[in-house]
Amino acid sequence: MVAKPHGGKLVNKVSREPRRSRLLEEARELYQISLDLDTAVDVENIAHGVYSPLEGFMIQDDYLHVLEDMRLSDDTPWTMPLILDLDPRKMRGISEGDDVTLAFRGSPLAILHIEEIYEWDKKRYVRRIYGTTDPAHPGIAQVMQRRELLIGGPIELLSNVPISPNFERYLLWPAETRVLFEEKGWRRIAGFQTRNVPHMGHEYIQKAALTFVDGLFINPLIGKKKPGDWRDEVILEAYEALIRYYYPRDATVLAILRTRMRYAGPREAVHHAIIRKNFGCTHFIIGRDHAGVDNYYGPYDAWQIFQEFPDLGITPLFIREAFYCRKCNGMVNEKICPHDEQYRIRISGTRIREMIKKGEIPPSELMRPEVAKAILRFKELFVR
Amino acid sequence: MNEKVAVYISRELYERVKKEVEESGGEFKDVSEYIEFVLEELLKEENEEAVYTKEEEEEIKRRLRALGYM
Repeated sequence: MVAKPHGGKLVNKVSREPRRSRLLEEARELYQISLDLDTAVDVENIAHGVYSPLEGFMIQDDYLHVLEDMRLSDDTPWTMPLILDLDPRKMRGISEGDDVTLAFRGSPLAILHIEEIYEWDKKRYVRRIYGTTDPAHPGIAQVMQRRELLIGGPIELLSNVPISPNFERYLLWPAETRVLFEEKGWRRIAGFQTRNVPHMGHEYIQKAALTFVDGLFINPLIGKKKPGDWRDEVILEAYEALIRYYYPRDATVLAILRTRMRYAGPREAVHHAIIRKNFGCTHFIIGRDHAGVDNYYGPYDAWQIFQEFPDLGITPLFIREAFYCRKCNGMVNEKICPHDEQYRIRISGTRIREMIKKGEIPPSELMRPEVAKAILRFKELFVR
Repeated sequence: MNEKVAVYISRELYERVKKEVEESGGEFKDVSEYIEFVLEELLKEENEEAVYTKEEEEEIKRRLRALGYM
């Protein structure tokens, strides 16, 4: 049996006909709040149960509990606030108890029932979530741009957020992956979060995990990233090549998760685990510096935070950073390799990136040649 | 309160539950209350499992086949 959804129930807030048509009519008459792409995608994710048990944007009680205790007000583990911000100048005519339309690119996307409108302290938010107030942190820059009021309440989805045809076939929802895993007969599934093209270190930790479970769920994050990150199309093609040549097809599923990176390190690692639990994963791989950026978090800080959640309902798999050892003649890690540094070839993402930029194929100790070739077919490799 | 009926459990299980009740610090009045609570929680979880209907499941399978996942 796949993992139970977080909080016990997979949320489904997607309206169906004939109710959907009626709500669409109503939505045209309601006050409209325009959403950017990232927030629209959050709405879609809520509706499809990606963030179960959340049924909408957080009200203040949940928001404060998450901020201070990393739990919802009912004590369910939850580490990243899911909030909707609103410009106070644009809220004339709406109040708690009202229904409003959440619109994307001018069309109704969802209806939000406003349970609460409240103020938030952004500095307190970034201190608690990121552990720093450094404005150079990319997650903090995102937060400080947000507006002054928060609006909380349940949503009901009316339409889908458009997606590029390149990604559409990779978009699976938790209800779908759950059926898929059951059909495959997988009982133990390891989820892997990524925002990078795969190198030998990634392959090592994924296969180390797969050794102990029935299936591997590779779930790249597609959405807003910082300049210099790999473009989403490149990541997907690179994984297609790796799976085609080196992975057991019947033990691997590749599907995308649409959401933005928050770069919140340890807290975001738990958030990523909860999301994969909702997709049906029983295990979640946590590597080095998960969801970190620059040197804001220690390389294994994300491992420590999981000790605070014995009731998380998904098992974290802590797998050390891998390297190639010329004496061992293979991929290993610190724990299993007794040899000196002189024999070790460290896998440097920066080195791989520089070689690829020059059109070179990295050595096979760093990256599979088939993967490098798939990457080199692209003209644009990185987010600008 | 609803009408109660008698059910039978092994003496060994009864003693284990009784010990739990004693150590619960007054959370449960007696063994019956404990067992009723546990069974209700279990049934609630079982009911929460069904997140989609048979028709929805077939629709999902059709999409997964069309996408090449199955």
